[in-house]
Amino acid sequence: MTSCPPKLHSLADLRELQRSMATALMSPLTRDDALRASFKDSAQALIQPRAKLDSFDRLEIYARQYWFRLLDCLYDDYPGLRALLGERRFHQLSRAYLAAHPSESWTMRNLGRHLEAFIREQPKLTGTKQRIAIDVARFEWAQVLAFDEAALKPLNIDKLLGSDPATFTLKLQPHVSLLALDHAIDDWFIAVRNTEHVSRSETSNARIESRALTKTKRVPLPKLQKLWLVVHRSGTDIYFKRLDREAWLLLHSLSEGKTLLTAIESALADATFDRDWSAQVREWFQSWAALGWFTH
Amino acid sequence: MHNTSFPNLGVGIGLRVPHYRHILEKKPVCDWFEIISENFMVDGGRPLAVLDQILEQYRVVQHGVSMYFGNADPINREHLKKLKRLVKRTNTPWLSDHLCWGSVNGRYSHDLLPIPYTMSVAKHTAQKIRQAQDFLEVPICVENVSSYAEFKQNEMTEWEFLSEVVERADCGILLDVNNIYVSSQNHDFDPFDYLRAVPHHRVGQIHIAGHRRYDDIILDTHDHPVPDPEWALYAEAIQHCGHVSTLLEWDDRIPSFDEVHNEALKANQFIHDHDLVPA
Repeated sequence: MTSCPPKLHSLADLRELQRSMATALMSPLTRDDALRASFKDSAQALIQPRAKLDSFDRLEIYARQYWFRLLDCLYDDYPGLRALLGERRFHQLSRAYLAAHPSESWTMRNLGRHLEAFIREQPKLTGTKQRIAIDVARFEWAQVLAFDEAALKPLNIDKLLGSDPATFTLKLQPHVSLLALDHAIDDWFIAVRNTEHVSRSETSNARIESRALTKTKRVPLPKLQKLWLVVHRSGTDIYFKRLDREAWLLLHSLSEGKTLLTAIESALADATFDRDWSAQVREWFQSWAALGWFTH
Repeated sequence: MHNTSFPNLGVGIGLRVPHYRHILEKKPVCDWFEIISENFMVDGGRPLAVLDQILEQYRVVQHGVSMYFGNADPINREHLKKLKRLVKRTNTPWLSDHLCWGSVNGRYSHDLLPIPYTMSVAKHTAQKIRQAQDFLEVPICVENVSSYAEFKQNEMTEWEFLSEVVERADCGILLDVNNIYVSSQNHDFDPFDYLRAVPHHRVGQIHIAGHRRYDDIILDTHDHPVPDPEWALYAEAIQHCGHVSTLLEWDDRIPSFDEVHNEALKANQFIHDHDLVPA
């Protein structure tokens, strides 16, 4: 249990008070959404009791607000995972995740940054659906990035002409994510999204009631299928685009900073000879450049 | 800093996602919009596209929720840089954020937590507001938050603390009369004492909003119309502060644009009544 100075003489004292309160707020609630009784001493050291509510009750309001606000954020940002796992199991996953990964950013937009890794590390929380859950978490995080990452000045395709492919490199736009998935998440997600409605409060600092668990409409699980996917933004809308394996590998190599020549060679290393790859690669680049995916 | 640093923009409302389409398509008359800075401190995509369309038609003022002037931790320079980029985009005449803390040792509560009201904390907080104001090159108003807890370490009242901070920081006040009312009920003080004590010449903006009453506590939910006791406080605030830009916040269970806007426009009656009172 943290100690809290009875008087604040210095910045260190203020930090200690804030650390003490944050420890209480960010500690997992009980099954009944209550602040753990072990924080009674902290509450008494920190909070002035009044007739209506004692110190503990007042600290508990903030603890509940903290948890409900962050749980709400994951609830809104991960409709796919929620549909996959069911409300109850998603809620358990979210609580465990937030306990392990408190927010480290001023914006809640980044809250799910470690969710995919957490699902990998904690297989019990998703059980037999772990593999699908990993795919869905990656797919939904890619949408977070596609929503508001930068669209830098796109590279003119003419720049490619006359460049030396052995030295020429380019970058993908920050809003573009390349995903190699084991399930047909894209079609499945569209079915899920059609059952969803998203809203979130903005500057009110009150959130005292836990969101009621609701029964969501069941959508059949995504098919087992190797998928080479790009999640990106065009204008202000988010799109998912399936690619050929070779096309995805080519983009992936470029995104890792490989030269054009190396990227093409590694992408086509296992390619069959039944296609005109030269024409195909040219067509890909024209299409990707038109979508504005390349930048310097 | 005097409230002449903050032009009276009239009566506005908070810009919220459910109203985007109505505003962009119908272009309703509205004196001004307040945006949540953090919703637009992004590098691209729909938020900035919508904002740019709004800026073509309306005056916009930025309101933040994550500067956390009361944090023990130093001010986040990267955050300030992002904020300044947005300030340049919106040309906001001032910007506001809360007199609160919200993160420690790099962990964020995403809440507006009350500050312990002591002189040393007031000095520390004022210094951070000055730093932000100097960097952002735009006047800052700090908003009093609603609270459900008071620290045992407090050495002064909230209004004494607020006054101390704004005088030391030489900044404005965003006087949230809803928050004064909510806190007065939760901590058993007279909200009119609060209103009378703050330096009125520093009030650059007023917030009004609804709240929700429970058995033992009132929560700052922003999901109801403004209740009568709060309008009475607003009327008193206008008496003291004069014509000040007024903004209605409605953040949850948001009704139509017209309903929200009409609720905000009720403020004009109190402003009109104030004008009828002989000096």
